[in-house]
Amino acid sequence: MPSFTLLGQSLVSGVLVGGLYGLVALGLSLSWGLLRLVNLAHFAFAFLGAYLVYQMGTSWHLSPWWAVLLIVPLFFALGVVQHAIFLYFRVVELTSLLVTFGISVIIESALQWIWTADFRRFETPYASVSLKIGAMYVPVVELIGCIAAAGLAWATWAWLRWTYVGKALRATAEDPEIAVAFGVNQRFLSFLLSGVCAAYAGIAGAFIALISTLAPSQIWAWLGVVFAVVIIGRLGNPLGALIAGMLIGAAESVAMATFSPAWAPVVSFSALIVLLLWQPDWL
Amino acid sequence: MTRTAQPWRRRHVLAGLAGALSAGFAATSRAAPSGKPVRVGSTLSLTGPLAPTAIIHKISGEIAVEMINKRNGFLGRPVEWLLLDDQSKPEVARSLYEKLITVDKVDLITGPYATAPILAAMGVAQRYQKFYVQNSMGIPKHLTYEMAFPATPFGSEPDKTFPKVLLDAMASTATPPKSIAILTSKFPSAQFMALGTREVAKERGLNVALYLEYEFGTRDFGAMAARVKDANADFLWVGSLGLDSNLLLEALKKLDYAPKRHFHLYPAPGPLALSPDGDLALSSTFLEPAPPFLDRPDVPELAKEYKERATKANVPYTELDAQGAGMYSQWQILEQAVNGAKSLDDKAIAQWLKKNGATTIYGKLRFDGPFNHGDPAQLVKQVQNKKWVVVWPTAFAPPGVKLIAP
Repeated sequence: MPSFTLLGQSLVSGVLVGGLYGLVALGLSLSWGLLRLVNLAHFAFAFLGAYLVYQMGTSWHLSPWWAVLLIVPLFFALGVVQHAIFLYFRVVELTSLLVTFGISVIIESALQWIWTADFRRFETPYASVSLKIGAMYVPVVELIGCIAAAGLAWATWAWLRWTYVGKALRATAEDPEIAVAFGVNQRFLSFLLSGVCAAYAGIAGAFIALISTLAPSQIWAWLGVVFAVVIIGRLGNPLGALIAGMLIGAAESVAMATFSPAWAPVVSFSALIVLLLWQPDWL
Repeated sequence: MTRTAQPWRRRHVLAGLAGALSAGFAATSRAAPSGKPVRVGSTLSLTGPLAPTAIIHKISGEIAVEMINKRNGFLGRPVEWLLLDDQSKPEVARSLYEKLITVDKVDLITGPYATAPILAAMGVAQRYQKFYVQNSMGIPKHLTYEMAFPATPFGSEPDKTFPKVLLDAMASTATPPKSIAILTSKFPSAQFMALGTREVAKERGLNVALYLEYEFGTRDFGAMAARVKDANADFLWVGSLGLDSNLLLEALKKLDYAPKRHFHLYPAPGPLALSPDGDLALSSTFLEPAPPFLDRPDVPELAKEYKERATKANVPYTELDAQGAGMYSQWQILEQAVNGAKSLDDKAIAQWLKKNGATTIYGKLRFDGPFNHGDPAQLVKQVQNKKWVVVWPTAFAPPGVKLIAP
């Protein structure tokens, strides 16, 4: 029987890692839920962001926090360009899977060409720093990542709920023809949202660079669990993505603490299958 | 002054003449290889997750081919290495070996890097009855093809022999460990060694405080670190690959915990040695570029050449290690077997090798045991001053170097 300290520590670790799942899932959830585009390239964008943060940090000694300020507008532009290509080629929900898979492969190859297949680790002085709260240790970088994920998820939720643009985006996702009839500029909004999603991928990439090991093939390692987070959290629901991420992270971590680490990947997909069979109203 | 200088000068002239004559003799007796090249085909994981280690094999293999061609090549003919990229994928390795044999029509093949591609390529070698030598197969019992040979002295049961060596090393310290925590990747060769270590540890009366397996490619070591800390064993054994060890040690540090003694099975050598958390980490090896290994033929030249080329190729750890040595040994075996059998016929080469063995930078290797394996020669190395040094058995440690056991 694991000790309370072990369970508590595992929960803390799991929730914080889940925050990162939520952060990666945020852009994908918005793109899928509101633009009806399943953007697999979102993972590749996140890793491109991670490598850029790594490069800026190791070559120019630029703090990752400053690097994010450069990456956000850059990735926003990247998202807009990507959406222009989607519109030009009339990419829809199903074809977006194939097209964005291709884009991911291209980005993966580019990463491998530039940074090679070697594992890269962005060493920072604060990478191993933790706060001690009672018997628990809270890693600082993961905590900041989790706070950033929560802040972005809440801000996005508020934006969608209370602003005109947010309401227009939701209306467009619900019924595009009626939304256009009410004067919503659907084209402009889709470019805006695509840019925002890509910028979120860049921010997630910064935290991936700080927390995780970088290798081009790692793009695919995040795919399964983040997809589960997006679906469990409900498409287009930023708070749902965050909560689902934290729940899955915590469940995986507790499974690792009580059973075996090898059981961790089973958790997210089991939860997904159960929910798909159960089909609750909120899903 | 002038008088004393004359005999000195005379001696040098005589020595110079003798040197020139002997060099000339060597040059005539060891003619440069000529004629149609002998083409040897193989794959390495030049891209994909195995690439960081495969680059070590590539550098070492290129040096080996150059050195063979400086000698007499294969049967007096130059050697040409046709190297393809298997992308770290066993299925790609399988297809490429098929291509090497049927389309490129290479004379000989050698194995790729890592257990899964080696097994995939072995199936093709078996189908075409090709002689097959490889250097990084971690599970000897799977080497069931009669013409498959190992170039690295794992022995036929490394899961039993190496844990004994390691635990002997631990038992020799002032405070031998009483408990062990075993954490391993489910990657087949790592899991295989972890299970063996658990059995040997139990036989020796150690309390196995923790045994955990994790998926290959795991990203989050937070919860596992919490369990390792909770178990607080005297000795941590990690069946790691690549950067797993770095990530685990970092996760442990976040919990303000440093393992008392820690062993890592197949870590990326550079990142662990250079990490601030890697100090005194233990691992396994067969050879390091230090005495007494530098007394063996070819090792000093190989170590020097390897360091230069690895530096140019931006390899993080530029010292020759067991991975590079294994590849060199593989080419030494092929050279001796082909020239010894005086034939490029695969069966003749295999028969000669099985009968005569080969002398490589690992010493004399024999192939007459189970699964064509000979005696095991796995050693224990430790990070000391950001460098790997052999610490056990003590006969293989450089002068003045000892196992440090906090």
